[in-house]
Amino acid sequence: MTTASITPEMIAQHQLTPEEYRKIVAILGREPSYTELGIFSVMWSEHCSYKSSRVHLKKLPTRGTLVVQGPGENAGIIDIGGGYVIAFKIESHNHPSFIEPFQGAATGVGGILRDIFTMGARPIAVMDSLRFGKLDDAETGARNRRILAGVVAGIAHYGNCFGVPTVGGECIFESCYDGNPLVNVFALGVCRKEDVFYAKASGAGNPVIYVGARTGRDGIHGASMASAEFTEESKQKRPNVQVGDPFMEKLLLEACIEAMQTGAIVGIQDMGAAGLTCSTCEMGSRGGVGIEIELDRVPQRETGMTAYETMLSESQERMLLVAEKGREEEVYRVFRKWGLEAAEIGVVTGDGKLRVKQHGETVAEIPNRELADEAPVYNRPYTRPMRAAAQTPVMPPVDIQAALAPLMRSADICSKRWIWEQYDYQVRTNTVAGPERTDAAILRIKETGTSVAMSLDGNGRYCYLDPREGAKLAVAECCRNLATVGALPVAATNCLNFGNPERPEIMAQLVEAIEGMSDACRFFDTPITGGNVSLYNETLGEGVYPTPVLGIVGLLKTSLPVTIPFKNAGRSVVLLGGAGGSNDLDFGGTQYAKTIVKKLWGLPPALDMEYEKRVHDAMREILEAGLAESAHDLSDGGLAVAVAECSFGAAEIGAQLDLDSDLRPEMLCFHEGPSRILISTAQPGMVQSIAERHGVEAPVVGVTIEKGIEIRQRAVTLGSWEISSLKSAYDHALETQLQSSQTGA
Amino acid sequence: MKFGVIVFPGSNCDHDAFHAASQNFGQQAEYIWHDSDGLGDVDAVILPGGFAYGDYLRCGAIAKFSKVMGAVRRFARDGGLVLGVCNGFQILVEAGLLPGALIRNRGLKFICREVGLRVETRSPFTSAARIGQVLRMPIAHGEGCYIGDERTLDELEAEDRVAFRYVDNPNGSMRDIAGILSKERNVMGMMPHPERACDPLMGSSDGLLVFQSMLEAAVRV
Repeated sequence: MTTASITPEMIAQHQLTPEEYRKIVAILGREPSYTELGIFSVMWSEHCSYKSSRVHLKKLPTRGTLVVQGPGENAGIIDIGGGYVIAFKIESHNHPSFIEPFQGAATGVGGILRDIFTMGARPIAVMDSLRFGKLDDAETGARNRRILAGVVAGIAHYGNCFGVPTVGGECIFESCYDGNPLVNVFALGVCRKEDVFYAKASGAGNPVIYVGARTGRDGIHGASMASAEFTEESKQKRPNVQVGDPFMEKLLLEACIEAMQTGAIVGIQDMGAAGLTCSTCEMGSRGGVGIEIELDRVPQRETGMTAYETMLSESQERMLLVAEKGREEEVYRVFRKWGLEAAEIGVVTGDGKLRVKQHGETVAEIPNRELADEAPVYNRPYTRPMRAAAQTPVMPPVDIQAALAPLMRSADICSKRWIWEQYDYQVRTNTVAGPERTDAAILRIKETGTSVAMSLDGNGRYCYLDPREGAKLAVAECCRNLATVGALPVAATNCLNFGNPERPEIMAQLVEAIEGMSDACRFFDTPITGGNVSLYNETLGEGVYPTPVLGIVGLLKTSLPVTIPFKNAGRSVVLLGGAGGSNDLDFGGTQYAKTIVKKLWGLPPALDMEYEKRVHDAMREILEAGLAESAHDLSDGGLAVAVAECSFGAAEIGAQLDLDSDLRPEMLCFHEGPSRILISTAQPGMVQSIAERHGVEAPVVGVTIEKGIEIRQRAVTLGSWEISSLKSAYDHALETQLQSSQTGA
Repeated sequence: MKFGVIVFPGSNCDHDAFHAASQNFGQQAEYIWHDSDGLGDVDAVILPGGFAYGDYLRCGAIAKFSKVMGAVRRFARDGGLVLGVCNGFQILVEAGLLPGALIRNRGLKFICREVGLRVETRSPFTSAARIGQVLRMPIAHGEGCYIGDERTLDELEAEDRVAFRYVDNPNGSMRDIAGILSKERNVMGMMPHPERACDPLMGSSDGLLVFQSMLEAAVRV
């Protein structure tokens, strides 16, 4: 092997530390070649190795009675009964989406879909959790609007063409995401339990087969890019972003699922981050075997690619599989049918090494296990998390009547129809409840007659105020969303979006968020089966709010869903969980504080997990008994916003509420305390008796009416609103903000 | 009755059409691969939605050259029922089996939404519904704006070949046209998805009326 002499500059360029380099030399017993240096740098990047988060991720619960596969594979797997399993995971594509919003987001969707079908599961749903800078910001607004439009179009382009419904998600706007949007994509697939495939190579002598798109120079060092802060130079990294081809991915999906059915495939993994490097060494490491490949046999769309470039390329829509020797033709036949290029590029060996050859010469030879699993692990120093000042600002005079409309049209709360109508949320005809119909999306599983509900949630403001409590609240909110449609939460996936972990106060946010999430997931019995960590979400030294995003799935019987809007006038409105409490301190993270007071202070709302769980249990029983005509949990914007959203059905049935509470009026209307669900029912007595059995408050707070919304406190009117004007503000706010841009505002 | 569902590379509503015909509507269904020479013994053919050949170049522009399209043409010429939904409609237009063209939606964005469709005529695809009846079905397309020159549109109307019109035009289609028939009335293309509206769980069962109409027509033949 020809070894270039590796200089300290080359090591630094590859974002490896001198100690990491020494470890590489120790593993190899010699200096690495340039190709090997590149291979180590991507496998040991933060993105691929989780070196800063690994020690803390171990705190998360990962086991459960339904867990078939936990973290460590391409996706987690849960047994849903009837002989079927679901595979799901969430992944970030933050950095590429800032540099090139359309392709960055599109390939984010492509990557997570491959993670699902490489497990043998056909993707049946996608959701996304998005964060952008403020659309109306005088300085950055135009760019933020362009990023939003590009990201949404990219997700739509990929998901719609591939044929997977995008059924929900969330979208929040804060200035801290100005130079660093977050694009987290969740995908879920289904298959028979015995048809699950693993990314594990085995059987010395078995052929290693490459299938899908040809390899080009695109995306080289994408994984390393995702492991560094953004600087002015990052714009020059646009060629690092790959270009997606959803049609190719659709063919790959069909061909892979069909090829898996031949029984001739031993193991399979997609080529995502770190491409050919990652797929070969990880499959080898998992199987405890070696893999030898010859790069001359790798289908290439550019000439003269070096070994370094070929191994590090992140060209999209490629898969690597190991077939049973002698049965290759069965596999090739399927790929030919789908018009895909497949090539035998190497062989499984018994020596545990990744050996890469080019023009007959060995250009890299690295032990798989050390490369894939022995990346350096850092227990980085951490202090206390950074906190916003915990004092209470003087609240401006309160005008409840005037406050609701600005909240309904605020970017965080308003309808996201402009976004989700660009997504095909129905293809595959499983979408029982899509965007904004219920608090959680519901997909039926045709094969089992049961359904899966799913919810994404994360709240950067809460986590900025207190990462531990904020992360717990995100878990609670997801579980509440599931309970509101009658589903029992069973498992979770997480995407941890944080700043630079080398800063101790950022590291502290990460540690506390993981610990909070860990406590809550343990409590709600939702083990984490996989996920993604995205660090270095900073631009020019400015970090994002700590933004852990949870995706939780639940199971339920298939039936017509109980949706958000009130259905009939004259029904009782029950506030399951009660009016809750608030104070000056924990009012500072609310949407009211953000939109009306224009400040952020204090702490997130207090969460009592025991009580929260009892509310969920009561809710499921109420739905089971068929007692609720509508159901909607209280979250952003509190009670007043929830009542308004319940009034936006086609019939515009409103409500007159009268609350017996000591809370200050603005807190009564707008505090965001958890554990509360608004229900309309014809049988309030039966609802209350179920609630009582669970030890949960369930006051009847009002009645649904033909026209308008009114909120009173002990017979004193705090505000009354006409529905159609509120609804119109809510429906068109996002579009209006985006369009004002096009006129050059 | 047996429905044949054509599978082009990139079709993604093929499973949905198959499920609607076989499970929701309770008739037989089978897939027909894009390079088949013939259609076998099917009584009607569905060209499903999706992105055939990635919709590269232009929606349906490559699919029309598929081997199976020769068989579809012969089947149509012999009076067989051919239903093109969404991408299937685009392919039928590209193949010249239906007039006009489908271009980018007004507003230039993909739209997924339930719409109201007014039944405009009696035909082998609409006879189970009343003329004037408004059906609820979803649309999901980026290029569903139906256009044609004045003469083509006048001729369609004069020959009573407009099958459906949008109640509230979502995409800028000329004269609110959502679905049209061939001269012989045995080929229909429509942008909305009847196969997605065959089950109350999906929000509407109105799509079954299209399948029911086809069944009645096939039995009469």
